[in-house]
Amino acid sequence: MPSLKDLKNRIESVKSTRKITKAMQMVAAAKLRRSQEAAEAARPYAERMKAVTGGLAASVGTAEGAPRLLSGTGADQVHLLVVMTSERGLCGGFNSSIVRLARARIGTLLAEGKTVKLLTVGKKGREQLKRDHKDRIIAHIDLGAVKQVGYANAAGIAADVLGRFDAGEFDVATIFFNRFQSVISQVPTAQQVVPAVLDAAGEGPDTLYDYEPSEGAVLEDLLPRGVATHIFTALLENAASEQGARMSAMDNATRNAGDMIDKLTIRFNRSRQAVITNELIEIISGAEAL
Amino acid sequence: MADTIQFDLVSPECCLASVRADSVQIPGADGDMTVLAEHAPTITTLRPGVVRVEGPEGTMQFAVTGGFADVAGAATTLLAERAMPLSEVTAEVMADLIARAEARRDAAKGTAIDDAAKQVADLITLRERAVE
Repeated sequence: MPSLKDLKNRIESVKSTRKITKAMQMVAAAKLRRSQEAAEAARPYAERMKAVTGGLAASVGTAEGAPRLLSGTGADQVHLLVVMTSERGLCGGFNSSIVRLARARIGTLLAEGKTVKLLTVGKKGREQLKRDHKDRIIAHIDLGAVKQVGYANAAGIAADVLGRFDAGEFDVATIFFNRFQSVISQVPTAQQVVPAVLDAAGEGPDTLYDYEPSEGAVLEDLLPRGVATHIFTALLENAASEQGARMSAMDNATRNAGDMIDKLTIRFNRSRQAVITNELIEIISGAEAL
Repeated sequence: MADTIQFDLVSPECCLASVRADSVQIPGADGDMTVLAEHAPTITTLRPGVVRVEGPEGTMQFAVTGGFADVAGAATTLLAERAMPLSEVTAEVMADLIARAEARRDAAKGTAIDDAAKQVADLITLRERAVE
C-alpha cells in the first residue's frame, strides 16, 4: 500500500506528463496544418508533371531506345527499397506501420530469390530495420536538421537514387511512405518510381504537341524530375501523416493521463479517509480505555 | 479576350503566378521563344533564364533555373524546378546556384560536361540580368 506521500507524488508526475503530451498535441496540430498546406501547394506541379510525362511516354514509351528510366534495365533482380520514416518518435504506429510494410516486401522479395538493398530516410526506420536487415542498408539520408521538407531535399534523395541507378546498382526502386488520409488514418504505401510507372489511362495526348528540342530529349529531362516529384510528394505526405499520427497519439496519451489522474485521486482520497478513520478509532479506543 | 492566354507558373513548392497574359517569353532549351495567343501546342524544356510575362496588369519577370513549359492553345503552364520573381533574386542566391552547377559540371562525365557547362553559363547570364 503506497503511502499518501507516494500517491501525491505520482499524481503530480502524471499531471506534468499530461501537460507535456497536451502541448505536443497542440504543436503537432499546428505543424499538421502547415504540412497539409505544403502538400496542397505541391499538388498542381505533381499533377501537371504526371499528365505531361504520361502523354509523352505513351508516344515514345514502346519505341526502341526509350530512356532506361522508363523501360527499366530489362531485369528485376536487384530491388532498392527507399523507406521513408520520421526523425522523431512519439507518433504512435507511424514508423512501425511503414517498417512493417517494408519488412513484408523484403520477405517476399527474398523468397523469390531477389537481392534487396535498402535506403533509409529518417532515423526511426533505420533503427528498426537495422535489427534484422543491417547488411542490406546501403545508405541513410538524415533529415534531422530539416524543419520543413523542401523540394531541394527531395531532389537530393532523387539524385542519390538516380546516381545509383545509372551505376547499375539496382533494377527497380520502390518508395515506402505513409499516405495521409486523415488525422486518425494514414495508409502505408509502396510506390514504384524506377522504372517509372505511368497510368495507362492516358491513352495519348489529346493535343498534338511539338517538342523542343525533341520528344526523346524532353522525356529524358522529365523522367528524373518525375522521380524527384514522386519523392517530394511522398515526403510531404509523410510529414503530414507524421504530424497527424503524433496528434492522435498525443491525444490518446493526454486522455489516458486524465483517466489515470482520476483513478489515482480516488485512491488518494480513500487512503486519506482510511488514515483519518484509523486515527479516530485510535483516539476513541484510547479514550474508552481510560 | 481572345488575344490573351492563361499563364501559370508553378514550382514544386507553390504556385507563383496565375494570370492572363498577352505574351510570355520563355527561355527554351533551344533558344528563347515568345508565346502569343493561338501558339501551336509545344512542350519545351527550359534553360536557366528569365521568363517575361506581359499582360493587362503589367509586366512580370521571373527567374527560373530549369523545368519545362507546356504551351497549349489557350494556356501556358511553366513547371519550374526553382522559380522566383526577378526582383527577389539576390547575388547570394545566384552564387549558391552557380556554385552548385559548377560542382555538377566538375563531377560530370562524357557528353554531360557540355550540358553542365551550358547550365553554368546560363546561370551566369541570368545573374547578370538579375543583379543589374
